[in-house]
Amino acid sequence: MGKLLEVADLQKKANDLRTDVICMLEAAGSGHTAGSLDLAEIVTALYFNIMKIDPKNPSWSDRDIFLLSNGHTVPIQYAAMAEVGYFDREELKTLRKLGTRLQGHPERVRLPGLENTSGPLGSGLSQAAGYAYSLQYLDDNKHGFVYVVMGDGELDEGNIWEAAMFAGKYKLSQLVAFIDRNNIQIDGSTENVMPLEDLRGKWESFGWHVIEIDGHNIKSIIDAVNLTKAITNRPCVIIAYTIAGKGVDFMEYDFNWHGKAPNTEQAAKALHELGVLDDISVPGVEKNE
Amino acid sequence: MSNYQLNPELFSDNVAMEPIRAGFGKGLKAVGEINDKVVALCADLTDSTQVGLFRESFPERFIEIGISEQNLVTVASGLAMAGKVPFAVAYAAFSPGRNWEQIKTTIALNDQPVKVVASHAGISVGPDGATHQMLEDIALMRVLPNMIVIVPGDSIEAEKATRAISENGKPCYLRLAREKTPVISTVESPFEIGKAYVLRDGTDISLMGTGAMTYQLLVAANILVEKGINAEVVHVPTVKPLDNDTILDSARRTGRVLTAEEAQTTGGFGGAVSELLGNHLPTPIIRVGMQDRFGESGAPLELFDYFEMTGEHIAKKVEEFVNNKPQYHREQ
Repeated sequence: MGKLLEVADLQKKANDLRTDVICMLEAAGSGHTAGSLDLAEIVTALYFNIMKIDPKNPSWSDRDIFLLSNGHTVPIQYAAMAEVGYFDREELKTLRKLGTRLQGHPERVRLPGLENTSGPLGSGLSQAAGYAYSLQYLDDNKHGFVYVVMGDGELDEGNIWEAAMFAGKYKLSQLVAFIDRNNIQIDGSTENVMPLEDLRGKWESFGWHVIEIDGHNIKSIIDAVNLTKAITNRPCVIIAYTIAGKGVDFMEYDFNWHGKAPNTEQAAKALHELGVLDDISVPGVEKNE
Repeated sequence: MSNYQLNPELFSDNVAMEPIRAGFGKGLKAVGEINDKVVALCADLTDSTQVGLFRESFPERFIEIGISEQNLVTVASGLAMAGKVPFAVAYAAFSPGRNWEQIKTTIALNDQPVKVVASHAGISVGPDGATHQMLEDIALMRVLPNMIVIVPGDSIEAEKATRAISENGKPCYLRLAREKTPVISTVESPFEIGKAYVLRDGTDISLMGTGAMTYQLLVAANILVEKGINAEVVHVPTVKPLDNDTILDSARRTGRVLTAEEAQTTGGFGGAVSELLGNHLPTPIIRVGMQDRFGESGAPLELFDYFEMTGEHIAKKVEEFVNNKPQYHREQ
C-alpha cells in the first residue's frame, strides 16, 4: 500500500470524493446523495489512512475489513475504492447502469474489494461482529480490525440491537462501529420518526465503549480509531456527528436529499460549491476555468 | 430399475426409530472432527436441535447467540466471510420464519456458505400448535437463487446430508423434524446433493416424497399392491436443485404423479415438481401435504391422520386417482 496521506491532504481527498459522488449520481439519475456526501471524511480516513488494505490483492488475508451496513451510501465507497486503486475511475460513471459492477446497493460477488452485500438496513453490525468474533476467538489474530459504518436511522432496526448485545457479551475488541449521526431518515428527523437518544447511554448499557466526534474532522476520526485500538476489553462505537449533504449548501440538513440524485443543473451548482471542476465531466455542465 | 438399499427391517415390528434431527447432531460432530473451519451457532435451542454433541466436543467452536434469529444468520454470514463454515441452527418456525430477508441478502445474494439448519419443521411438532408448525419454509427457501434445499428422509440420511453440505461451499438449507420416524435407509444407501432415488419400481403411478413423508409413501405402496396397483416410489431429499432427470423419467414411465411433504404444497415440494412437469412433461398430479391452511395442536400421529397424510390416506387417494385419471405419455 502507498504512503499514508497527511490530514490536510485527506481533507482535500474527501472533497474530491464528494465531487465524484455528485458526478456519479447525476449520471445515474437516481441514488442517495445526503449520506454519501456526509460520509466523505470517514470513508476517506478509513481507505487512505486507517485500514491495512491492498487494492491489488483485495483478498489479502491480513487486511482490515470494511463493511457498509447502510448500503445506500455506497457511491462514496465506490469513489474511494476507485481512487485508492481497486478499479479504474472510468468505471464510476457506470453506477446503477445495466451490467455494472457498481450496483445501486453493494454486491460482494460482483466487485472485488467489497466485503459484503448490503442494502436492507440493520444487518451489517452482525456481520462485522461475526468476522470480529472469528479474529478474536477462532483465528488468534490480534492485529486485524473490522470497521462497520451504520446510518443513524438504521438503528431503528432490531437486528442492530441483537448484534449490540452479542458484541457486548463476547467483548469483541477488534470491532469498531461508526454511527453516521446525521439526524435524518426518509420520513424526517430521526428524533421525530423514532427517537434514538440517549444514544451514548444505550450503547454503554450494552457494554460498548462510546466515543463521540465531529464526523467531518479527519484528525478526530483518526484519533478516535487509534483510541479504539487501545481498548481491548470491549467493542467500540464512534458516534460521528455529521451534517447530511455536507459540502453542498442547498443539500445540507435536508432529509429530502436522502434518496434523491441531483439533476444536471443541481449537479453543476453542487460542483461549483465544492470548487473542484478540473478533472470531471458532467453532461451539460460548463467547467470552471 | 431401483437398486436402492432400503432398511431390511423397515416393515418389521422392530424397525429402528430415530428423530431425523439426531442424525444431524451426529453428522455435525463428525464434520467438526474432519474440518476445523466448521463452527456452530445456536439460538437458545442447543440440546433440542442436537447441537449439544458438537458443543461438548468443540466448545471453542460453538457460539451461543441467544433468542435472536436475525443475529443468528447475519453473524453466521460474517463468520463465513472470515473463512469459516458456519452451521446456524434453530427451529424452522423462527429461522427462516423470522429472518428470511437476512438469509436472502447476507447469505444467498452474498453467496456465503452458511448452512441454515432448521429443526422441528412440519406438522409433526404436534401439540405446540400452528405457531410452531413451520410449513412454509420449503417454499421460502427454494425461491432463493444460490440456495440449496435438503429435506432428509431419516436420521442416517440427515447425517450424510450434514457432511455433504459442509463440503460444498454454498448456501444451504437443511430441514429436520423432531419426532422419531422409521429409519428407511442404511449406512450404505447413496446420498448425493441434487439426486433423487427410486426406492421401489412401479408402473401405475410415481409417488414422490421428501423428508419423512417418503416412509408414508412406502406404506401406501404396500397397501396398493393388495388393490392391484403397482406404485413406484421416488425419494427426493434435495428439493433444490431438483433431480429433473430422475423425476421426469419416473413420470414418463408411470404417467401419474403424487407428491408428499410435511409442508404447504403451494410453493413447496409439490409446487416444485408441478413446475418441472408443467415445463417438460405435463402429467396429472396430486399433492399431499398442507392445503393452504395452518396446522393446529394435536399428537403428531393424530395430525397426520387428520390432515390425511398417512400411508393409508395416501393409498386411498391413489386408488381414486388411478381409477379416474388416464395415464399420460406412458412408454410402452
